[in-house]
Amino acid sequence: MRPQRERAVVSANSMPALKPHVRLQYDPVRGAWALLSPEKVFWPDEVSLDILRLCDGKHTVTQILEELAGQYEAPVEEIAADVEAFMQEWSDRFLVTL
Amino acid sequence: MSETILPPIGMLAELTHRCPLQCVYCSNPVELLKANREMPTEAWVSLFEQAADLGVLQIHLSGGEPTLRPDLEVMIEALSRRGVYTNLITAGVGIAEGRIEAMADAGLDHVQISFQGAFAPTTEKIGNNRGSHEKKMETARRVRAAGLPLTINAPVHRHNMDEVPDFIELALELDAERLEIANVQYAGWALLNRNALMPDREAVEREVEVVRRAQEELYGILTVDFVTPDYFAIYPKPCMGGWARDAFMVAPDGTVLPCHAAGTIPNLVFDRFGDRSLSEIWHGSPAFNAFRGTEWMAEPCRGCERKEIDWGGCRCQAMAIAGNAAATDPACIKSPLHARMAALIEEAMASDKDTFHYRRISGPVPTHQLEPAS
Ligand code: SF4
Ligand code: SF4
Repeated sequence: MRPQRERAVVSANSMPALKPHVRLQYDPVRGAWALLSPEKVFWPDEVSLDILRLCDGKHTVTQILEELAGQYEAPVEEIAADVEAFMQEWSDRFLVTL
Repeated sequence: MSETILPPIGMLAELTHRCPLQCVYCSNPVELLKANREMPTEAWVSLFEQAADLGVLQIHLSGGEPTLRPDLEVMIEALSRRGVYTNLITAGVGIAEGRIEAMADAGLDHVQISFQGAFAPTTEKIGNNRGSHEKKMETARRVRAAGLPLTINAPVHRHNMDEVPDFIELALELDAERLEIANVQYAGWALLNRNALMPDREAVEREVEVVRRAQEELYGILTVDFVTPDYFAIYPKPCMGGWARDAFMVAPDGTVLPCHAAGTIPNLVFDRFGDRSLSEIWHGSPAFNAFRGTEWMAEPCRGCERKEIDWGGCRCQAMAIAGNAAATDPACIKSPLHARMAALIEEAMASDKDTFHYRRISGPVPTHQLEPAS
């Protein structure tokens, strides 16, 4: 009966993408970016926004880390754990697919 | 009003009170509006435009049964054009072939289907509609086939509480992302049926444990949200996230209300969209300002550290149980009337649990439960 559904776990080769029906959108009324999802509206901060914009289904996690390391002028090893934790959490909340 | 009024985020649009089901727990008012009182398409669309201008980001299209409105696709399209997130809240019974696909094409974002039971006999008994369970299953499959994310909503009470594990299986089987185990809120028809719906304490304890385990085991697989049972609680819920704080609702005739049951509070006058603009109502309606923020609070809320967490609970529950809409929600342990909750549970335990007042547009008539289908 129960279809085999498993929790997705983030890895270096994951290609995170915003789920269909999850939208990152600028809200002119509040002057802020909103992440719209079923039932909930999130207000991502600057860092989350930079990561979310790279969740386009074309970049691997490795590439995203390299890109962010460039943007923030920080070594990949320093940011990897945080960025991966973000992605795992967004996957668990059905905001991104991995 | 000293507090700043922020723009609303969410809006619940009760497009119609008509519904093929007659759920005993329905949150609609006992005096339902007939079809001739419903706002026409243009009025709804203009309301949606104003809502988007005001800052609303998410609209729940509900009822009654919203798909009874043939203009639903037009509304979804208008909302989608404005980037407003649309959530269809449906009973999933009697949706014509091709319509879900048409709504998806119009830009619908998400669908929530209610299940009155995890099994057909329960669904039929609670909604008083034969064959409804299978139709809901079919609707859920069509929703997934159209690529739309799905929430299963399970309103839970005495007559289906032990089916909570089965609701979880059902949600997984139907490939839902989210399951809402929602203990019935005693407003509207549920208040009328409170004695028949009230669960006993042991069943609630089992339920809480099942949900807690599922939340742990299914983390990242299925989101299991839990709407706690007020009568068994220590603290109240932040009803609507606080009165007129970031959400509101609109009745089929365009009356704009802070919540479902606000109409049960005497002396509050609610405006109709059309008589005033949505912005005027949101900012200036005395009914919206009556319980906004924390200024209106008396003790024990006034000095309480939780006052911006639960905003004093539900005004309508305070009205129904304390007889005063400005009182602390009696669900709160700090309320001097908290003992009334336990007394009401006792009263329900001692009364007839099998007489239902099924939801009817013509008003309540006590009926015996529908015989299980053979
Ligand atoms: S609760 Fe039942 S009767 Fe009320 S609107 Fe929903 S499906 Fe219809
Ligand atoms: S006293 Fe009022 S603010 Fe404090 S927890 Fe109870 S209801 Fe909430």
